[in-house]
Amino acid sequence: MNPQAAAPLADALVFPVVDLRAVLPVLIVAVAAAVVVLLDLLPPRGRKDHLGVVGLLGVVGSLAATFWLWGGDARAFRGMIVLDSYALFFNLVIGYATGLVLLLSMDYIRREGMEAGEFYILVLLAAVGMMLMASAGDLIIIFLALETMSLSLYVLAGFFRTRAEAGEASMKYFLLGAFASAFFLYGIALIFGATGSTNLDRIANAMAAGAGRDPMLVIGAGLLLVGFGFKISSVPFHMWAADVYEGAPTSVTAFIATGSKAAAFAALLRVLLSAVRGASLDWTMLLWVMAALTMTLGNVVAIAQQNLKRMLAYSSIAHVGYMLVGVVAGGALGNGSVLFYLLVYTFTTAGAFGTILLLERGGHEAVRLEDFGGLASRHPLIALTLSVFLLSLVGIPPTAGFVGKFYLFGAAVRAGYIWLAVLGVLNSAVAAYYYLRLIVYMYMREPEGAPTMLAPSFSGGLALVVALWGVIQLGILPAPLLDLAQSAVLPLLR
Amino acid sequence: MTGLLTLVTFLPAAGAVLVFLVPRRREAATKTITVAVTAATFAASVPLYWGFDPARADYQFPDWHAWMPTLGISYHLGVDGISLLLVLLTTFLMPLVMLSAWNAIESRWKEFAITMLLLETGMLGVFVALDLFLFYVFWEAMLIPMYLVIGIWGGGNRVYAAIKFVLYTLAGSLLMLVAILALYFQHGAATGIYTFDLPVLAQFVLPAGLNQNLLFLAFALAFAIKVPMFPFHTWLPDAHVEAPTAGSVILAAVLLKMGTYGFLRFCLPLFPQSSLMFAPWMFLLAVIGIIYGAWLSTVQPDIKKLVAYSSVSHLGFVVLGLFTLTPQGIVGGIIQMVNHGLSTGALFLLVGMIYERRHTRLIAEFGGLWSVIPAFSAVLMIVTLSSLGLPGLNGFVGEFLILVGAFQVNRAVAVFAMTGIIFAAVYLLWMYQRVIFGSVTNEANRRLPDLTPREWVVLLPVLLFIVWIGVYPATFTGMTETSVQSLITQVQSKAAATAALLAK
Repeated sequence: MNPQAAAPLADALVFPVVDLRAVLPVLIVAVAAAVVVLLDLLPPRGRKDHLGVVGLLGVVGSLAATFWLWGGDARAFRGMIVLDSYALFFNLVIGYATGLVLLLSMDYIRREGMEAGEFYILVLLAAVGMMLMASAGDLIIIFLALETMSLSLYVLAGFFRTRAEAGEASMKYFLLGAFASAFFLYGIALIFGATGSTNLDRIANAMAAGAGRDPMLVIGAGLLLVGFGFKISSVPFHMWAADVYEGAPTSVTAFIATGSKAAAFAALLRVLLSAVRGASLDWTMLLWVMAALTMTLGNVVAIAQQNLKRMLAYSSIAHVGYMLVGVVAGGALGNGSVLFYLLVYTFTTAGAFGTILLLERGGHEAVRLEDFGGLASRHPLIALTLSVFLLSLVGIPPTAGFVGKFYLFGAAVRAGYIWLAVLGVLNSAVAAYYYLRLIVYMYMREPEGAPTMLAPSFSGGLALVVALWGVIQLGILPAPLLDLAQSAVLPLLR
Repeated sequence: MTGLLTLVTFLPAAGAVLVFLVPRRREAATKTITVAVTAATFAASVPLYWGFDPARADYQFPDWHAWMPTLGISYHLGVDGISLLLVLLTTFLMPLVMLSAWNAIESRWKEFAITMLLLETGMLGVFVALDLFLFYVFWEAMLIPMYLVIGIWGGGNRVYAAIKFVLYTLAGSLLMLVAILALYFQHGAATGIYTFDLPVLAQFVLPAGLNQNLLFLAFALAFAIKVPMFPFHTWLPDAHVEAPTAGSVILAAVLLKMGTYGFLRFCLPLFPQSSLMFAPWMFLLAVIGIIYGAWLSTVQPDIKKLVAYSSVSHLGFVVLGLFTLTPQGIVGGIIQMVNHGLSTGALFLLVGMIYERRHTRLIAEFGGLWSVIPAFSAVLMIVTLSSLGLPGLNGFVGEFLILVGAFQVNRAVAVFAMTGIIFAAVYLLWMYQRVIFGSVTNEANRRLPDLTPREWVVLLPVLLFIVWIGVYPATFTGMTETSVQSLITQVQSKAAATAALLAK
């Protein structure tokens, strides 16, 4: 028999050889999630701490795999999964975010009377989605990963189901998120129509061949931007952020603010840089306006907030604006600075939410400004820790936040966007007002009324130590990770 | 001696860690350790004076380590004749200030000590950093301790004053950050060397024009807010009045000098053409500051406010001197920075001492103090006279040199500035007369105790230098002259080179 004639048949039957290394970090977390599902059915049924520990082991294993694979460039599933240094860097960010969230949650959900195995499962599944988003080489995978992440987060946002605001948060997040997903999917369809493929590399090739002038593609890419804009909560797609951040369990809020944002940025940058680069519409101008609006609106509205979780929600919108400045600046420097900033932001924000989550007053979480009155005299170490995170959010040296901003605005200046950088630094000055206001409450006011108590938690303390270490290490010796972030975006820029 | 500057700069921070480890109830130990650390820092800084070669214009005691090599950021320290005196002023005043706070700070002494020690590291870092990134790190990092000092240990309206202080300075310095970045990239694009190293950047000839002017203005705004120059001075009275005595002294004596130091260290050598172009405007603002500050001082009912506004006036002289770009003007400006640190610092100390006794600072509450507390009154007289520029005391030397410089450049400016000295005599002597002379009008003043031995220890060293600089200024001016001369040469040659670039 002619071997050539048999080839198509054999090709259809033989399983494709999958390079499992490309999905190894994701796989480890997914396996951990599955193990947690099984263990949840077994005794002991009272305490669920061990499930969190299993989840942590999964995260640590995934981080170890990330370090092991470092520098490689593995592809699998016909280019649908690309584990390049870019994806690996995001695995690092998402791994740290997930680890911190798990640590923060363990005692927290028990204290709130909501301890359940599902919580850990959902956190791990969300992490799987996030990591896949970072390594997706195909729009379909991006969409699937986005939905895996989002559906888990919708449930997590309403996890404290007995509370009205949790229901509101979950519902709002779900409805608006569904809209965004629909936009996203429609965008994929249009791009497929224009280029004949959903694979990012092939879209790029089609663009090079002239598809960039197709209005269908431009509209499709615009719709993708709407979907991403929603996930990173940039203006004008930020409406959900404050309510969701307020109603969700605080550790989940931290996860939404750090992990999901990092994942969305990962996919956004990959699509912008590798696929739709060279579209006839000038994306930079659009992103310039989005960056300016996002940081200004975030900061101005944050000033008016009395609830800390809402304040941090608007602050996180403002930080997205800063990161968009880096996207506008572009190049290895600009995009590298976004990556570095996401890492910095993860440590800082997880730390800030983590500190809040350890405090309670009168049986409720301490989330109002006045709950922090005179905290420094009662819990000096916690007040100091929170102050360091706040100063990092302001961007005061020698914290990591300063280096991150320095790098972002430096990239903008280099690329010639001086006025955007000026707008950014003026925004930082405005932001200083509301961050420092919390320090005023902690250090310059006397405690009034019921005392604010510190909930003892070993895992929570450990999370804060890790976050604090990150903020200080990246502030004083940022050079290795700066270089890493910059080299991580190189595969996209080729 | 490499490492000496690092030692001096970070010794206070190490002391802060030490104080952090002392248990809270051992308050006396905390106080002793703090004063000892600041005194040790001063002792460590004295070799800078002995080892400094006044004939050399370059940076001495250099300390260089790579920090973020891919970005051209390094840890680079050094002093020249311009910064040496300011470093010494800082280390000299800190132990005295901490000693003055011994009883004045009644709550959370330990935190106060930690904050002040970190502040000292920040201030010293600003004066010795020779890398723009490092400079900016110190410049910003120092804001937070000062914010806490005003906000936690200050007077009734402290929170407002603290936030105003931070937001004013932050807004200015963030624009400077953008300018630093722009300078960095322009230098990199022109020469291929991306570096934040000041000595390298200072060699770079920027083309004259809008670009250089904008960079100059961004730097100048940050420094003008810090000085503060009219019309950016409105944060100063709030911050000075609400801050505790120790904070006011450090604010006036050291923090304000960062602004004038910044003009000298960065604006003049980096943007010579723009500096020359904007010099008349700087003169105008300086003279307005001198006269307006003096007028405002005259009508203040509160002694501390009076001293605060007098700073606006005195610092106006310094800025005037620096922008004359004459050797006399700049040397006078530098000496006047030190003088203002000593005189105004001492005034704030004395106001603090009388406040501790009477818990008021209103001039109307006092009168006839000479008969009750003669020693205090005598010291206050010397300091007042030094502040208003009596020959034989330090203030005269600085103001005289500045006016000599100003006369060579612009007579009208010199004449108007001169009136500031007259107004200074008016507000200071009038205040002195109302507080010290006459008969005791308020019964509460009759039993005031005179200076304690601890207060003498705080005041005597300051008095020593007030007289020393007044009688024999060469000990100090001699250190600065070579550096100043080389700065002027550099500014002029660079300005000429820029002009040549334009002519091409």
